[in-house]
Amino acid sequence: MPRASIFVTCIVDQLYPKVGMAMVDVLERIGWQVDFPERQTCCGQPAFNTGYRDEARTVARHFLDVFRDAEYIVVPSGSCTSMIAHHYAELFQNEPEWLALTHRLEPRIWEFSKFLLEVARVEDVGARLERVATFHDSCHGLRELGIKEGPRRLLARVQGLSLREMDAAEECCGFGGTFSVKFPEISGGMARTKIDSIQRTGADLVVGIDVSCLLQIQGALSRAGLPVGTMHLAEVLACR
Amino acid sequence: MTGAQEQKIRQTLDDANLQLAIYTATGRLMSHRKAAVAEDVLPDFQELRTQANLLKRHAIENLDHYLEQFESQVVAHGGKVIYARDGAEASEFLIDLAKKKGARLMVKSKSMTTEEIDLNERLERQGIEPVETDLGEYIMQLAHERPYHIVAPALHLTRYDVADLFTRKLGVERETEIEKQTKIARAVLRQKFLAADIGISGANFLVADSGAVVIVTNEGNGRMATTLPRIHVAIAGIEKVIPRAQDLAVFLKILARSANGQHITVYTSFLAGPRREGEIDGPEEFYVVLLDNGRTRLLADREKRQSLYCIRCGACLNHCPVYRKVGGHSYPGVYGGPIGAIITPQYLGVTHDPWLPFASSLCGACAEVCPVKIEIPKLLLALRSEVVQAKLRDTQSRIERLSFRVWAWAMRRPRIYEMLGFMGSALLGGEGWIRRLPKLLSHGPLGAWLSQRDLPRLPARSFRQLWRARRKAGEN
Ligand code: SF4
Repeated sequence: MPRASIFVTCIVDQLYPKVGMAMVDVLERIGWQVDFPERQTCCGQPAFNTGYRDEARTVARHFLDVFRDAEYIVVPSGSCTSMIAHHYAELFQNEPEWLALTHRLEPRIWEFSKFLLEVARVEDVGARLERVATFHDSCHGLRELGIKEGPRRLLARVQGLSLREMDAAEECCGFGGTFSVKFPEISGGMARTKIDSIQRTGADLVVGIDVSCLLQIQGALSRAGLPVGTMHLAEVLACR
Repeated sequence: MTGAQEQKIRQTLDDANLQLAIYTATGRLMSHRKAAVAEDVLPDFQELRTQANLLKRHAIENLDHYLEQFESQVVAHGGKVIYARDGAEASEFLIDLAKKKGARLMVKSKSMTTEEIDLNERLERQGIEPVETDLGEYIMQLAHERPYHIVAPALHLTRYDVADLFTRKLGVERETEIEKQTKIARAVLRQKFLAADIGISGANFLVADSGAVVIVTNEGNGRMATTLPRIHVAIAGIEKVIPRAQDLAVFLKILARSANGQHITVYTSFLAGPRREGEIDGPEEFYVVLLDNGRTRLLADREKRQSLYCIRCGACLNHCPVYRKVGGHSYPGVYGGPIGAIITPQYLGVTHDPWLPFASSLCGACAEVCPVKIEIPKLLLALRSEVVQAKLRDTQSRIERLSFRVWAWAMRRPRIYEMLGFMGSALLGGEGWIRRLPKLLSHGPLGAWLSQRDLPRLPARSFRQLWRARRKAGEN
């Protein structure tokens, strides 16, 4: 049985463990053995994005150390995947050993939907969910990893699910890590623009590939008292 | 952030009409651009972006060479080139020139560079009247506001706002139709064009091999401002130089499309020197002021010098979800939006407005559309790191520094990390939502979050606990 290591990300670990479990379910269902290296914590992105490069490097080294021998690393987040695959190299440009390890791991890091389609090569995972959903393109997945059609293809195979496009699918939800608390009014305003667009679709569910965006969208939906739910792609695919 | 800046942002966010005006106007520019660069309309758009990026890189890496070449070409055509270190030097030149020539009235075509150096105020202080002749700029001049957007200065005003403004300032009857408003402005401006002694323009490009100042406009005012008055002075940042006239084949194809979806602007003027024998129009004297004003500081930085590639198309503003919320007057400096957020800190120093590079969700929409492929998010990240390295001494910065140090320490110690998780879940765990905090706690990040959004309560068990439990169950 092929084997994949998962990096669940700190936010899934602490806030959305169900998403991690759903990802495990789906991977096992399609015949992969899942390994969860227990020393994993965070990829370092919060520090990197806030300008704390030394701190980011410290945490990134820990990540590289934990996963140094993994063959496939599957991540339920476009943002964290991109951090590792695109920004570690910048962090370690002056540290040849860590840079070499980074380059070794770069091709082994897979965002969940990309892993399903490009490595496991499955589109239909046998999921079923009776909902009207709309898909939110998370920025780093879309613009740094080129993830656009993939999740939609996977969702199209979910029985009972109907998918409606938002007019502002590609517009940022306003999360942006520490941006969301450094500039709460701007971030909140962006979230409200997003949920306006969500509402125009008439969907009762927002699906995404990053729980950080979903946290923002879900929080704004709840504040506005709107009966629209949010689910990570893995959770949708785990339904049957 | 200063109190005034904070207030401006809040005001803009709270003004529903203004929000709608910004969102609609930028949205329109976005969809026009999208149509103009679509695969079937301009199949080689991505290729053109790459070429534009390479051309700009080449020009900036060899800036000294091309500036000299440009200068010698201008001189050969009978013009003069003046190097100005900053706004004061540039305006001093103009003021001296005005005094020498007895000029009291100057007409201007649209130029962000002159906005950058507060030229109008400086001239007015010397008793010289500068008149903006681009309709949007003219409106902003009447309103005593700085441009809201680098391409569309009056983007935030509706035609009803303009109608009120014209009535108030020009004493005309209230006209809400745009054509009629244009007519009103035209009548006023025509007189100014004819009476002006000096015409001032910016430059979209300075062409090194031909010594030409190239400006692109839609209203024809640029043409009048640079050819009717006796003297034409172009004021341009040194980064505007491009090697060859033929390079315009790349830039002109992408500039207007990126700005507002036009395939090309209505007017593209090549201004190379004063009127020559046998020519029917053009000024008697021709000057180009090459402005530094912080640009050489940018040039010194290998990574960030790409900010100088900017051709001021405004696409990054239109696509920026932050600009679309806070509008053009919430930024320090005259350049708003993503490009402003990267050049203003470099012009003024990162500690001048240390919050600016952080005011972005790093969504990357700007870089996706930038026709010269400036890596804006990457530069924002670099600037953030510089701000952190500057070790600001205010309480909030100190707390943040300490927090990240502790955080990094904990993140490489899985047990401590897990313990922190336990603590979090003990404090904030349970079902449902957190909506409000006791007042005492409402100042930190959690309070900031809850000021806008709810927060789901933390689950009782983390993923790793669920994982362990599952494995144990599997073993039994
Ligand atoms: S940074 Fe790029 S997108 Fe923004 S104004 Fe300049 S050229 Fe246009």
